[in-house]
Amino acid sequence: MGNWSTLDQIFVILRNWLVGFLPAAARPAAGAVLGVIAIVCVFPGLFALTTVFERKGLGRMQNRLGPNRVGPFGFFQPIADGIKSLTKEDIVPRDADAVVHFLAPLVLVVAVFMGFAVLPMGRNMALVDMDAGLLFFFAMGASTELSIFMAGWSSRNKYSILGAMRAVGQMISYEVPLLMSSVVVVMATGSLSLTRIVEAQNHYTGIFPNWYVFTPWGFAGFAMFAIAATAETNRTPFDLPEGESELVAGYFTEYSGFKFALFFLGEYLGMFSISGLGATLFLGGWSAPLSFLNVVPSWIWFFAKVMTAIFIFIWMRGTLPRLRQDQLMNFAWKFVLPFTLLDVMVMALWRFMGLGWARWVVCSVILAGVYVLMGRVQMRRKHFGPRSYRYAE
Amino acid sequence: MLGEGIVKGMLETAKNFAGSFVSAERLTTVEYPEERIPTAEAARVFPFLVYDGPEWEAGLRCVACQICEKECPPKCIYIEKSKDKKPDFVGKMQIYPTRFDIDVSVCMSCQICVEVCPFEAIKMDTQFELATDDRFGALLLDRKELAKSNEYYHEIHPTEAAEVDERLAQEKAAAEAKAKAAAAAAAAKASADAAAKAAAPKPEPPAAGGA
Repeated sequence: MGNWSTLDQIFVILRNWLVGFLPAAARPAAGAVLGVIAIVCVFPGLFALTTVFERKGLGRMQNRLGPNRVGPFGFFQPIADGIKSLTKEDIVPRDADAVVHFLAPLVLVVAVFMGFAVLPMGRNMALVDMDAGLLFFFAMGASTELSIFMAGWSSRNKYSILGAMRAVGQMISYEVPLLMSSVVVVMATGSLSLTRIVEAQNHYTGIFPNWYVFTPWGFAGFAMFAIAATAETNRTPFDLPEGESELVAGYFTEYSGFKFALFFLGEYLGMFSISGLGATLFLGGWSAPLSFLNVVPSWIWFFAKVMTAIFIFIWMRGTLPRLRQDQLMNFAWKFVLPFTLLDVMVMALWRFMGLGWARWVVCSVILAGVYVLMGRVQMRRKHFGPRSYRYAE
Repeated sequence: MLGEGIVKGMLETAKNFAGSFVSAERLTTVEYPEERIPTAEAARVFPFLVYDGPEWEAGLRCVACQICEKECPPKCIYIEKSKDKKPDFVGKMQIYPTRFDIDVSVCMSCQICVEVCPFEAIKMDTQFELATDDRFGALLLDRKELAKSNEYYHEIHPTEAAEVDERLAQEKAAAEAKAKAAAAAAAAKASADAAAKAAAPKPEPPAAGGA
């Protein structure tokens, strides 16, 4: 027991040991600073790795090799990219609002980093164990919209402003289902604290975990959460705000050099944090997928879940085409939001039906039936098939 | 059902992703500087001047007739004729180019110079790595840089070079037969003269140039 728990708590022990050298009065502050340093080092490092893996993975999906020139198998590519973006000229358009233009990438990165503060990345490894951690996370996530609009507005460029408008419209639309889909977890746990949410899922029936994703309402909630999270992070198929083929680069068209890199970083950090939140809410956070796998340190499970989610993000990017703005909005307001509302009601039903197998059947049937029915009804008037043109043929 | 198409698409890309690690024919990429596809025999990039024998300057087939210069659509060839003459492959006295420049940056690889040349003196090369960091001097290739041996020509375009050689041999045989007939008809002195010319071409041309 002692052996694996040491490894499990290695970072906590390390922090306490380092802080122990300081006078007692300075210890809490020093501990916090150490935690912040760890987060600020680990996630940009993961970002660098992810960019290589994304490019290589996408390449494989398109039957090509991807970057393989810089270093062994191209793994030093992010270093080359970093040097490039640091040495590039930083251009600010003449008519841009220089102050806002400068602040936008900083606000984005800071807001995204704030979200990591409440994520429990392992047993006893949440930087701040806040009672309303979920609320804090969503507040911080919502403020990234501000920075995106700052970037688009201050650039004085039509593509930037179009991208920013799209981004704000999209992110506000999907913020609602994102919140609604996590409400079921709050209802199940009775707490907004992310640490408590993980603790509530960290039980096993036999060897199988009691993660929320393995319940009918949890599965539906997770699916809706995943859709909304993809839209929140502006990833394909919801990458309209960037829309390379239509808007140059969307809201960061007028950014170059390191500010561009900061936007890029912010976007990927947003992916990490929303994946971390999804794992925490539905996939048991740092708990092991099978009871006997608890010998593996908890933080490994957390990061494995995050990286799996990242892989699925990349996989979707390699597969799906971009939606149109009206399709995006229709999907958010006519499908995802009603379904999350239904999910909340099913969760209440689940609660009232008490233990037993009956609630499994009833809740599954309601959710699956409504899913199929809504899909049928909404797709009825759509004509799928080769596109026809009225005038071009 | 809703989402069916997405699942299908995801499976397709997953198949690509996994397949690229196991089956080589999925990854068609040739990593160029390290690996290369052999060029096709009919490939053509940029002209070169063919020479026979070991000496490029003496063996140059070009007789500076300037047909290629005149036919070249982008006008990238520049030729200066010599004042003196030297014998060609059949032994006939011909002028030769003292300058033969082709501008790589202008040439459009149309092969018209090759088609119009009556002396099989200019042919297309398959060498395509012609980039240089000197954009003034190095892009204008002079006759020394353009000269390549007949063996090299055989190496890059074997069938075409064999045909050309056959044709030249026929021409040479015809010329020789004609010369022989002429020699038989003419006096022994004239025949001896012609033989001397054919036998020792190398030191002669500058001396005989004025004639």
